[in-house]
Amino acid sequence: MINVLLITFAATLLFIGIANRLLTFIRILALQGILLFGVSFLELNEISPLNLIFILLETIVFKAVAVPVFMNYVIKKNHITRETEPYLPYFLSLVIVTFIIIGTFLISNVIEDPRLNKVYFVVALSSLFTGLYVIMTRKKLITHVMGFLVIENGVFILSLAVGNEMPMLVNTGILLDLFVSVLLLGIFVNRIGDVLQDVDVDQLQNLKD
Amino acid sequence: MTAIYLLGALVICILLFVNRNRKVNYLLVVVFLLLQWALTAYQFMHRDTEEFCGFFKPDALALLMLTTLSIVAIPAFYHSYVYFQNRRPTPRVRSIYFMSMLLLLAAVSGAYLSNHIAVTWVFVELTTLAASGLVYHHRDASALEGTWKYIFVCSISITLVFIGILFTSIALQQAGEADLSYPMLLEKAASLDVFWLRLAFIFIFTGYTAKLGLVPMYTAGIDAKDKAPSPAGALLSSVLMNMGFLAMFRFYQVIAGTSLHAWSNNVIFIAAGLSVFVSAVYMLKVENIKRMLAYSSIEHTGLVMLGVAAGGVGYYAAVLHLILHAFAKSSLFFQISQVHRIFRSKHISETGNYFKYNLPGAMVLLLGFICATAMPPSGLFISEFMIFRSLFEGHHFVLLVVVLVLLTLIIWAFGKNILKLLFTPLANFDEEKMGKVYGYESISQFVLLGLVIYLGFNPPAEMVALIQDAVKNLPN
Repeated sequence: MINVLLITFAATLLFIGIANRLLTFIRILALQGILLFGVSFLELNEISPLNLIFILLETIVFKAVAVPVFMNYVIKKNHITRETEPYLPYFLSLVIVTFIIIGTFLISNVIEDPRLNKVYFVVALSSLFTGLYVIMTRKKLITHVMGFLVIENGVFILSLAVGNEMPMLVNTGILLDLFVSVLLLGIFVNRIGDVLQDVDVDQLQNLKD
Repeated sequence: MTAIYLLGALVICILLFVNRNRKVNYLLVVVFLLLQWALTAYQFMHRDTEEFCGFFKPDALALLMLTTLSIVAIPAFYHSYVYFQNRRPTPRVRSIYFMSMLLLLAAVSGAYLSNHIAVTWVFVELTTLAASGLVYHHRDASALEGTWKYIFVCSISITLVFIGILFTSIALQQAGEADLSYPMLLEKAASLDVFWLRLAFIFIFTGYTAKLGLVPMYTAGIDAKDKAPSPAGALLSSVLMNMGFLAMFRFYQVIAGTSLHAWSNNVIFIAAGLSVFVSAVYMLKVENIKRMLAYSSIEHTGLVMLGVAAGGVGYYAAVLHLILHAFAKSSLFFQISQVHRIFRSKHISETGNYFKYNLPGAMVLLLGFICATAMPPSGLFISEFMIFRSLFEGHHFVLLVVVLVLLTLIIWAFGKNILKLLFTPLANFDEEKMGKVYGYESISQFVLLGLVIYLGFNPPAEMVALIQDAVKNLPN
């Protein structure tokens, strides 16, 4: 069952490659949040109530509801147009994301570690690289934030794969990281929307030497 | 005590945010400074004792950096005060500025003292939040751009570091441990799996370069130091970079105990060499004094990391260089604040003949230039010389020659700009509109530069012992 969820997660990465509307992108992110909850719920079998609350908070409340709603608000408020505006055609994106997944699959074959579930490793790394790819090839700032969220999801899967009992402080830190980065980035997209006419990277070329 | 300090800092931050009265604001800042020095004194008395569930431990390196921070913090707050006397911002802007600065200093202190790889990570994360408050201070389009880039690059970097920590924990689990504290990592270093450790080092190193100011992630730091007010820029290019070094160095110590040591040195050589190269290229064409100083910091961290990678006497030199650089660079940044007040510009083409307008300030710039380019009597000369010696002894001759050529270019570019600022008379400069600057505002810079010279040539025995203790875990 976990494998099914993880493979579905990998499939959503392909969708991200070809998502041509911001709303689709946000919906995929919400779906990823739900998938992550499923994976972590099944993975952590002996779960303490506190830990469960934490994971619920992080995946369902935060990743699947709060962030998408917030993103939607930012897009509406700043009148951001619907297209994701990639620099490369969607077909090429699809091919590249496919290659990313195949590539990480090949890399994972090098690992000879019985303790590590390779499916986790493949999905986590592909999601990391897909996120970086999205950041590199999309023009709008809001899509950069979304790419960052895809990376964060990958990290979440990786931390599940490690399965180590991280101290509570660290868990709090991760949540803080997500919270701070998304909130700050969102606020600044808003501010940039107020100050500048267009919210895309072409506007950010004044600081240079 | 660390817990009390962090709690106290948090309370003061909240009070600063709630309170908008100017005098109360300054009072709170003074209280924080007292707290900062109390922490430093306490940690000196409780050296190497773990506290707060073993999350914090004041070891030699932490003590050195903490003292540096506590020293730089005093003029930083003083110059912030001067800055606000002349700018008269709204109470809200002022209290957010001080709150961010306090939070930054507290988070950096926490990161220095942390004894656990993940705790360091949490505090480094906090510094991004705090620093963004400082970078966004002016609230205009370019500040916005700088802040956006800073937050974005730092967020990505900090995520990379986290991935590195996860890989480390995989390696550690294989060795039958789950505790990610530095002493445990050092103890188990030899038995850790090389494959995971290699991945971990790449991710952690790349991530921390954002704070350390090294290729590849240095870019965001440059914009941040430029857009933040000068007193804040001084902190960003001294104590914050030291924090990046500390975080990276603690993990490097673990790597040094494994078979990956030579490989990791090569990685650092590449990154550090490229950093010196990049800073040389930009120093030659840069137009903005603050950006020039920021690139000069990139050069210095590049040299520090070259010392670390070369090993031997280089370890000692690297730590000494970082401390002295923090004093030299922060004093230059403090002085730029006054330059800006006189010329209302930080562009080299719009400044000149500074000797005429502010003699003590001009002396600071001249002395600061000598110190920052590591010419005698600067203490940086000593540490830089030791770094070159370590490169020579390690038989890295080609690298040494290349770095020396690049350094010559940097000194030339630095000198050209600073001397233009000091001596060249400025055409059509309206002296009527010049801002007022007082000589006593330069005293703190003289003290800091005096420290650079004194500590380089006549280091107290205590400091030498601390530095030697800080690098004792590394193979010679």
